[in-house]
Formats: sequence, C-alpha cells, structure tokens
Amino acid sequence: MNPFIKVSGLSYQYDDVEESNNKAPILNNVSLEINEGEFVAVLGHNGSGKSTFAKLLNMILIPTEGEILINGKNICDPDMTDDDVLELRKNIGMVFQNPDNQLVATIVEDDVAFGPENLGIAPDEIRKRVDDALRDVGMSEYAHHEPHRLSGGQKQRVAIAGIMAMMPRCIIFDESTAMLDPMGRKEVMNSIVRLNREKNITVIMITHYMEEAAMADRIVVIDDGRIILDGTPFDVFEEEELLKSCGLNVPQSTALVHLLQNDGLNIDGKCVGLEECADAIAALILKEV
Amino acid sequence: MKSIALGQYYPSNSILHRIDPRIKIILAILYIVCSFLCKNIISYAVLALSAVILILISKIPLKIIFGGLKAVLFVLIFTSLINIFWTTGEYLLLDWLFIHIYLEGIYAAIFMVIRITALIIGTSVFMTYTTTPIDLTDSIEDLLSPLKKLHVPVHEFAMMMTIALRFIPTLVEETDKIMTAQKARGVDFSSGSLVSRAKALIPVLIPLFVSAFNRASDLATAMECRCYHGGDGRTRMKVRHIRFVDFIPLFIILILGTSLVVLNILGIGFTM
Repeated sequence: MNPFIKVSGLSYQYDDVEESNNKAPILNNVSLEINEGEFVAVLGHNGSGKSTFAKLLNMILIPTEGEILINGKNICDPDMTDDDVLELRKNIGMVFQNPDNQLVATIVEDDVAFGPENLGIAPDEIRKRVDDALRDVGMSEYAHHEPHRLSGGQKQRVAIAGIMAMMPRCIIFDESTAMLDPMGRKEVMNSIVRLNREKNITVIMITHYMEEAAMADRIVVIDDGRIILDGTPFDVFEEEELLKSCGLNVPQSTALVHLLQNDGLNIDGKCVGLEECADAIAALILKEV
Repeated sequence: MKSIALGQYYPSNSILHRIDPRIKIILAILYIVCSFLCKNIISYAVLALSAVILILISKIPLKIIFGGLKAVLFVLIFTSLINIFWTTGEYLLLDWLFIHIYLEGIYAAIFMVIRITALIIGTSVFMTYTTTPIDLTDSIEDLLSPLKKLHVPVHEFAMMMTIALRFIPTLVEETDKIMTAQKARGVDFSSGSLVSRAKALIPVLIPLFVSAFNRASDLATAMECRCYHGGDGRTRMKVRHIRFVDFIPLFIILILGTSLVVLNILGIGFTM
C-alpha cells in the first residue's frame, strides 16, 4: 500500500532571512511517510519548524527543495492547477491555533458551511454535512449561536466541524490546543481522538504538550528542522535525555515511571498515558503487598 | 463597551423574522419613503401607528427598541427644540421677551420626532433586529448581483461586510483587554484635557491595529485552507426562494404609502 503522505528530502527556507544572520533553513532534508488513518503527533519546541512543516503539506507554503506526494500526487509540481490545489486543500484540512481567527461567519452553522460552500456543493448536501459535522464534535445545540459567545474550546470544536464538513481524509492541527484552558483542551483532544478512531481520519497534530502527544499512535520529534525521533510514544519517551537536549520533557506520568524504574522498581508494561501509568503503578503496589 | 450600538440581531420567531431578507430590505427602503410622504396630522398618526404595529408583530421587547433610540435622543431633542423656537407661523402661543413659540413650531417638532423615530424603528425592525447580519449581507449581495455584469465586485464587498460584522465583537473585547492592560500600567483615560485623553488612546490603538492585522493574516490563511477562492463556483447552504406570502408585506406597505398620499391630497388636519 502506498503511504497517504510521502515526504522526501524536504527543505524550506523563508525568503526574508536577510534581517537575521541565521541562514539555516527552517526545515532541512526531512523525509517522512504517513499512512492513511494514522494519528501522528509532531513535537518540537518553538521555532523547530514544525508549523512550517504543516503549512507545506497543504500548499500554504511551497518547499524550497524536496518532494511531497499526497495520495500519490506530487504537490510540488509547478503544473498544479487551481482545481488541484482546491482538491488538495479539501483533502487536507487544517485547524489553527487561535480559535477566533479562523471563524468567518457570525452564526456557528454558517461558519461550518463555509468550506463546503466554497467547494460548490449542493445546498441539501451542505445542510446534511453541517449537521453531521456539528454532531461529530458535540456542538449541535450551539448551531444557531454566535461564535464570540462560545468558550475557546467550543470555538475550536466549531473550527474542527468547519473542516470536517469538507470531508477531508486528513486534518492537521497546528497547535490547536495551545490557547485553550485545560477544560477546553480536553474537549478538543476528545474530539480529535474520536475523529481518528471513529471516522478513520488521518490526524497530524503539531503540539508541544507531551500529554497530548502521548495520545497519538506515533510521535515525530523535529528539532532545528530535522527529524530526530520517530516512533511510538513509548519508544520516543524512552529517549528522555535526547528529548531534554532539544528542550522537551517527557510527560509527568512517564517521568515518574522512569524515576521509579531507575530506583530499581520493576514496572512492567509499555505505559505512556496517565491512566496506563497509574494502572501499572497500582498493579506494582498490589504485587509488592 | 459590552453593548454594541450596531443594532444586534434579536432572535425570535415572529412573522417579520420569517420574511425573506431581500424583501425586508426593500420594505425598509419603502418604509423610509413612506415616512417622507407624511404631510399632516392624520398621516403622521398613521405612520406612528404603523411603527407601533411593527414593534408589536416583531415581538422585540420595548426595552431593546428604546435602547436603540437612546443613541439618537440628543438629535431628537436638539431638532425638536430648534423647531419649537425657530419656526414661525400664524398662531402665536407664547410671546415672552425674545421667545416666540408658534403652534406650527410645536407641530413641526412633534412631526420631526415621529418621523425620526419611525425611520429608526422601521429600518431596525425590518433589518437589524429581525435579520441576521449574514442574511443581510447575503441579500445585499443578491439584490446588487446585477451589478456583477458591470464587474462590480459585489461578492467581495459582501464578504468584507460579513467579516467586519463577525470581528466587531472580537475587536471590542480586545480593546477592552488592551485598555485594562494599559490602565494597569498607569495610563489615565478619564482625566486631563481632551488632547491628553486623545493621546492616552494611542497606546490602545497601536496594539489594536497590530493585532487586527495579525488576525487578518491568520484569517486569510484559514480561509485559503477552507478552499475559499472568491465568489466563482460558490454555493450557499441556505438558498432562499421568495414565496407568495413574502409579497403580502410588500402589498401592505404599498397600501400604506398610497393611503398616505391620499391623506395628503385630502388635506385633512394640520398640514405642514
């Protein structure tokens, strides 16, 4: 099976580098394959190039070097027509950081309809998609509300519904939880996980929250424009020293497990999430007693 | 800062809410014309009555209507005072020192107040209170769509209106936040001369502009990601078909207009 997204030798350099002495490209020779239905978290500290990577995937930015194949189609091809670009953006939706700056309309359902309207879909079908999308993110009862009266988490869920209504195969979340309070973050994360599990939508989640990355199937760590780690959350969190060297920390629960293991306690199981770690420690305590 | 003077939509399920918004815009324009057709007591009474009926069938609480009128209270008082003291006529009511008040002046003042209130009630009840901003801009786009043939960017204009409406509350909130932040840093907005107060606003305006431009750039990217590519090939979720019932209010307002003209011709009552 061909991978859904295949990135090879990707480099990107911003044009306005003259001001800064730093001539290093923001992304440097990145190669990566992502399969359909995967849930990938892209980790990295500020300025590591992770957001740039996201913007390259749906042609908001054009790579300086390298090749991106989406569903077998080379999107770096200069012959891409406007229709091809629309088709690509329909398939790869993107949810951004600031919930306020991505809602266009003054009523929730009108905003969700914005994407499909742009695609020229028939009105009845749009209606159906909007209702479905709002149900999927649990915002049906807010369909007629004004976005500015919603909480951050609710706005972000509306933004997700707006992307869902275009029926994409992949959604990129560019630090979509960074501006939310813990409650809102939880709401949004639940929606993201559900989309991936139930709708089989490929999720690429750009983040710097370890707890969120732990929920993914796979973690890719980018530092200084290069991929330094790529694997399951368990494997990645094992490399605690390497993560620390690029300004990242393992989740607190994992850190605790690591500390206990260093003290000679034998915690078994590949535990990454909060619940799993708690269960593993509880099991150990029971065993010792 | 919290309530925005732009006459916000009041959700309800009245007959007026359900009329096609395009018809409502035409109704509002016709209503303005009607208010200028009035010339005597009876026609003004009819106009005032029609405004009251409009409020009743729109089911909008009086508090909201009066709140909207508060903005023009000064204009109302000012014009009626000017009318009372400066209109001359035949029937002198009060002649004391330099003050001469004529009956015509009183009438002119009352008529002016009725006309301005009816204008505001009419336009806001037909448009802003009972029609969502997005319906309004959509229908303006529809009504102006013949101009597309002349290469007037009607869709782009409507889109700009929609986005502006969407961001007004966001920017108001932001202004509040910036003002609080600057107050915490010791900026004084409420005392000093007019010039120094205006100057105190600069540290509010600059961050507000910077953030507005950042928002605009973010929004443009987000819209691009949602496949926005101008008005070509775009469909709408809410397609409106004008039904027969939508024409009934048009008939009613035309009857109102003709009856006003007839009343003027008959010349009953005090004519201005």
